[in-house]
Amino acid sequence: MNILVCIKQVPESNKVEVDPVTGVIKRDGAASKMNPYDLYALETAFRIQEKMGGVVDVISMGPPQAQEVIREAFAMGADHGILVSDRSFGGADVLATSYTLSQGIKSSGNYDLILCGKQTIDGDTAQVGAEIAEWLQIPSVNNVLEIKEVHDDSITISMDLPQEVEVAKISLPCLLSVDQDIFMPRLPSYVKKKATKDREIKVLSLKDMEDTDASHYGLNGSPTQVQRIFPPTSSKEKEMWDGSSAVLADQLFHKIEELKFV
Amino acid sequence: MPNWTYHTIDENDVLNLRALIGEEQRMLWKEQISEDYSHDELGGTSSWPELVIKPVSANEVSAVMKYAYEHSIPVTARGSGTGLVGSCVPMEHGIILDLSLMNNILELDEENLTLTVEPGVLLMDLTAFVEDHDLFYPPDPGEKSATIGGNISTNAGGMRAVKYGVTRDFVRGLEVVLPNGDIVEFGGKVVKNSSGYDLKDLIIGSEGTLGIVTKAILKLLPLPKKTISLLIPFPSLEKAIQTVPKIIKSKAIPTAIEFMQKEVIEDAEEYLGKAFPDHQSEAYLLLKFDGNSQDEIERAYAKVADLCLEEGALDVLISDTAERDESIWKARGAFLEAIKGSTTYMDEVDMVVPRSYVNDMVEYLHSIQREVGLRIKSFGHAGDGNLHAYMLKDNLSDEEWEKRLNKAMDLIYAKARELNGQVSGEHGIGYAKKMYLKESLAKDNIDLMNGIKQVFDAKNILNPHKIAQL
Repeated sequence: MNILVCIKQVPESNKVEVDPVTGVIKRDGAASKMNPYDLYALETAFRIQEKMGGVVDVISMGPPQAQEVIREAFAMGADHGILVSDRSFGGADVLATSYTLSQGIKSSGNYDLILCGKQTIDGDTAQVGAEIAEWLQIPSVNNVLEIKEVHDDSITISMDLPQEVEVAKISLPCLLSVDQDIFMPRLPSYVKKKATKDREIKVLSLKDMEDTDASHYGLNGSPTQVQRIFPPTSSKEKEMWDGSSAVLADQLFHKIEELKFV
Repeated sequence: MPNWTYHTIDENDVLNLRALIGEEQRMLWKEQISEDYSHDELGGTSSWPELVIKPVSANEVSAVMKYAYEHSIPVTARGSGTGLVGSCVPMEHGIILDLSLMNNILELDEENLTLTVEPGVLLMDLTAFVEDHDLFYPPDPGEKSATIGGNISTNAGGMRAVKYGVTRDFVRGLEVVLPNGDIVEFGGKVVKNSSGYDLKDLIIGSEGTLGIVTKAILKLLPLPKKTISLLIPFPSLEKAIQTVPKIIKSKAIPTAIEFMQKEVIEDAEEYLGKAFPDHQSEAYLLLKFDGNSQDEIERAYAKVADLCLEEGALDVLISDTAERDESIWKARGAFLEAIKGSTTYMDEVDMVVPRSYVNDMVEYLHSIQREVGLRIKSFGHAGDGNLHAYMLKDNLSDEEWEKRLNKAMDLIYAKARELNGQVSGEHGIGYAKKMYLKESLAKDNIDLMNGIKQVFDAKNILNPHKIAQL
């Protein structure tokens, strides 16, 4: 079974600086790491590979330095790496990002299973996975809690829905976005890191895509724009109330109403 | 040793002390005293106080001490009660001074790189505070809910001792209330000090027997910008431990070198309900490196990683993010609690041997399990020679447990002496380990310790029956 895992390079710290003018996250100079949720997708891929054989490849989209997370995936055991990178891909929103990745995937080969983390810790939309599946016209499931069975033509999983956990059997090829803690991710190996330090990473640019129309990519291909990013305000003020549960419930309700939560 | 006589606290004393303290709720008498105050975390030593007082200032501590001194009432200081040798257990009853309300961080002096704190500040709050200011307090004992006062009183060590040293190395000055109630200062913000005997160093590690620390000036370092840990699986514990002296000899300086075994890791997984990131082997070394950039640390660890592989390590796994560190170090931090949870009762030894003998000691611990008929689990600071071994009671009867435990303790401490080790690396002597201290030190050493105690505390009201008082 051939598996492709989508991974992203994100800032190492959650104290992210935002450019006050453009509203774009400042990435220059900041230390970076692999999106922590993607580690769960990668580990899921290795566990399936251990049972079913085949390859685990990774794909990332980003500037040339995003090769670092592909190298990290090699050190964890990934077989091949693809970086989708072109100046014209910059400034992409969710739609343009998922389109670009789907084009990259189409140019990279046939995969039985595509795995994503539940979301990234910088963009936090949790939409790119499902949208890639739409562009590729394959089924997808989000919030996958558990891989129950894997066969050559199908995979059975359980997914976390708001009210219940649903078990579903999905025909392959498909895309799964896995939840945190599905498996504890393995650590990168120094031995594998040394062994793969010269392994080639395939870089795909606009000219390598099936669709080479630049207006479908990057800022031009993005129907949505970020107006402003700002850290949520937080307050450490505390109020202590005493009283019977009926009085307290009443008081709590009025407080919530006053704060316009209801 | 003279027979000390103490006054039993009566209603009159309670009234008088209440007048000194003011707030009634900061004094507990008789049935108001919770069972917690009769023991520490390990619970092997037990004795109830007659009165618990929670002071909020050095002046209150001083007033209580003056009263206790005049009336010959024994006084025992207590922080979070996370000790393991009964140091905070009031053997002669009397007063417990619970210092946990004196938990203010008083001053961060960024020009002198010092932090002044009250003794009740918790280690976890202290480290979080200084790290918010890009500063670093290196001592790192596993128990983060201990108070800094408790850490000072046992000269706590922890996991960064290989590179940075122990609590003693980071205390610049102390404010101490003496048994007669006098408030004195030892040391200060100065970096160097050759002004007579270092009384501050006598207080550190004295387990509340010489004076009560009411303020501490701690030395800080700039916070290293980056840390990377290496989790190194070995085919056997022996192979793992044998590599430690070679790492030290290689002159690379990790901040920590810990060893851990599969069994203890599995206990921690169960205790935390969270999987450990690797399961491939029986034994691991865990190393930590710090520095100011990824490249700098990678250069430093590459040599050690290659050395471990030459010595037979199965792999070298890299933990370079907060998430990965948590998956490893959280398990490491939970070992004590996890082992405790895996049995009915346990006791521990905390001996320290020269680093070159760590291997002999670990192998010895392993080998005597059958002979004494106890499960013995160990983990610890392989890099500084401080080993923690836990004897587990499991389903033994109390009588059988006592018998086997004593035999195990005798054997282990005898082995530690043979290897030129010491009774305690970081937990202290308290009440539980004083027999072994007596056996391991020359009579002159014990006499000097008791002589010092006599000079500080002629009436022997501060934490009697501890350390060298046999």
